[in-house]
Amino acid sequence: MDDFTLFSIGSGTMTATATLSKDRIEPRYSAWERLKSNRDWLGFWFMMPAAAILLLFLAYPLTKGVWMSLTDVKIGRPGVFVGLENYEELIFFDKTFLYSTGFTIIYTAIASAAKFVLGLYLALLLNNNLPFKSLIRSIVLIPFIVPTVLSAIAFWWIFDSQFSIISWALRKWGVIDHNINFLGDPILAQATVIFCNIWRGIPFIAITLLAGLQTVSPSLYEAATLDGATKWQIFRHITYPLLTPIIAVVMTFSVLFTFTDFQLIWAMTRGGPVNATHLMATYSYQKGILGGQLGEGAAIATAMVPFLLAAIMVSWFGLQQRKWQQGSKE
Amino acid sequence: MTTNRRGFLKGGAALGAGAMLTASGLTEYAKAWAQSSQWKPEAGATINLLRWKRFVQGEEDQFIKIVAAFEKATGVKINVTNESFDDIQPKASVSANTGVGPDIVWPLHVTPHLFPDKLVDMTDVADYLGKKYGGWVPVAEAYGKSKGKWICIPVAVNGGYINYRISSMNAAGFSKFPDTTAGLLELCKAMKAKGTAVGFALGHASGDANAWLHWLLWSHGAFLVDKDDKVIINSPETVKAMEYCKALSDTFIPGCASWNDSSNNKAYLSGELHLTANGISIYAAAKASGDAKQLAIAEDTDHAFFPLGPSGKPAELQLAFPLMVFKYTKFPNAAKAFTAFMMEAEQFNPWLEGAAGYLTHCLNAYDANPVWTADKKRLPFKDAAKRTLPISGLGSIGEKAATAVADFIVVDMFANYCTGREDLKGAIAQAERQAKRIYR
Repeated sequence: MDDFTLFSIGSGTMTATATLSKDRIEPRYSAWERLKSNRDWLGFWFMMPAAAILLLFLAYPLTKGVWMSLTDVKIGRPGVFVGLENYEELIFFDKTFLYSTGFTIIYTAIASAAKFVLGLYLALLLNNNLPFKSLIRSIVLIPFIVPTVLSAIAFWWIFDSQFSIISWALRKWGVIDHNINFLGDPILAQATVIFCNIWRGIPFIAITLLAGLQTVSPSLYEAATLDGATKWQIFRHITYPLLTPIIAVVMTFSVLFTFTDFQLIWAMTRGGPVNATHLMATYSYQKGILGGQLGEGAAIATAMVPFLLAAIMVSWFGLQQRKWQQGSKE
Repeated sequence: MTTNRRGFLKGGAALGAGAMLTASGLTEYAKAWAQSSQWKPEAGATINLLRWKRFVQGEEDQFIKIVAAFEKATGVKINVTNESFDDIQPKASVSANTGVGPDIVWPLHVTPHLFPDKLVDMTDVADYLGKKYGGWVPVAEAYGKSKGKWICIPVAVNGGYINYRISSMNAAGFSKFPDTTAGLLELCKAMKAKGTAVGFALGHASGDANAWLHWLLWSHGAFLVDKDDKVIINSPETVKAMEYCKALSDTFIPGCASWNDSSNNKAYLSGELHLTANGISIYAAAKASGDAKQLAIAEDTDHAFFPLGPSGKPAELQLAFPLMVFKYTKFPNAAKAFTAFMMEAEQFNPWLEGAAGYLTHCLNAYDANPVWTADKKRLPFKDAAKRTLPISGLGSIGEKAATAVADFIVVDMFANYCTGREDLKGAIAQAERQAKRIYR
């Protein structure tokens, strides 16, 4: 034990001596004292604040949410453990849950794909030498800067069943003779909210990919041009491979944001018409908070986790394992 | 209560003396009231009050006056926060769960029944008011009580009725508004044929859609649950109600499935919609606008009771606004005193007038309020509290009824069928399944 103490306490001789003399009077150190001063444990102590934050603000709410989904807890009173009953009910009997899950997947897939294609295209455009380059780049960010609820309310008016400016304009031009039922028809409403999500999401992807594009060394492009590569070949064999890691990160985030979208739907349609635009997040809110069924709401929210994990896996493993590093062959 | 009465009287007298210089008539009255009231606010009490956002400025102005008079007379500080009414229930629910938040919450219909155990027993206040003001209407008692105790004070209901353009109805060949569901369908068909649009909300409009679709269901003698809370939605009456709704919705302006509570107001005020179900807000807004076109719409607008259906009895669903006090409050007596104070005739009458027909009293004595005679177009709204069933229909008022409404079970059942998303049987079966899950 003495050896251990000698070795572990302080680096200065003074400290060691002091400890030694103290040790003679009080030869036994408690386990806690040893842990407190052991160098091997030092890293652990430094990790503690971060770990505590993660536990408190991530692990605890997540665990609590999962636990709640296994009970019949309601707002205002605790519940009892009911096992997987909430999930059974949702999966086998709750059509709205199945619709909302299906729509969440479709919403995420279409919106993310469109945001990626359009975002990448926009990034490539912005990467060229344009007049007023920085001004244009700032303008592009606007949809992302405007608070989602505000833009959603604006869209709600633009696509209103009675007061849509689109319907109005088309009517004035004589193209149609009645208003387009944008938010009243299930399919149109779904298309509309997907459109709004795309509009809002493009800048994030475009600006992030633009940052990635700027890190590509111009010498590579010069070399390729000298070798007679076409624009497509340059994109395919230089830009795209070098951009892959940032695409992986950006698309992971994009998919996560889209999958968990709430504000846009809530402000525009509240999940209507006839629950056609409910996402899992909005349905969970409606069940859990408005309906007071916290247990079922938590089950819907928990049911989102596997999808999110899958999305992360696909992004990371699918895109990152490619040999994108400079100099290696595909 | 008696132990701190003396202390309060001293404090109250001192405060009263201070306020004397600037006191208005209301304050004088309020002081006298506070002196004789059986509820003595705790010393230094501060009440946080969360209420639904006013429909009409006149009502809020009166409410602020009541609050100010009460503050001056008692020294109690009242902080009022307004929230749109979709947001009150979540906030109240979180408060109930965490024990932190406003002392008084003034939400919609069943919210108090989501957490009856978390609320202060208001039986003494309810009995006092009921005795003094001609008794409570039956629905108020239904909303107010849980297990024999009053858990909230049903201050008022917000009536919703048919709003229609008189000229369009006449043009469709009707001289007076039909009083049966069959007549309403004929009218809507005729109005559509004349190019004057009709429409009722089929979206998640927590006020409008719930109100008219529950009326539709109940007026056909169909209910979600019976008096023992057994689910009885899968019935021939429901089928009839659904078929009627489908036929009626065929006459609607496109877009009703996306409507929220404000959509029909906008459409009506723009002149595009000539018949809908709504509170008095459309008429009142048009009248208050001062705009010639809007005034003409107001002039041409009248209100009618929801017609009687095959059941032959009035069976409406009006929004109730009960006021509740959370048990976690440190100042239950101050909260009770304020509640009783605002419901006294001296405060309540001007307040009801300020509300201009948006709100209907639940205490019989207020039938005599001039708000109902000043404008005959407001008259149907006078009976809103008497004609409505509680939101649970035949069943018990409680968290199950609240959940069923919050989940839009009835609204979605009709909307699913009317929009063609589900067939008749499928839509009813889905509602039945959801209801059984809640009422198990």
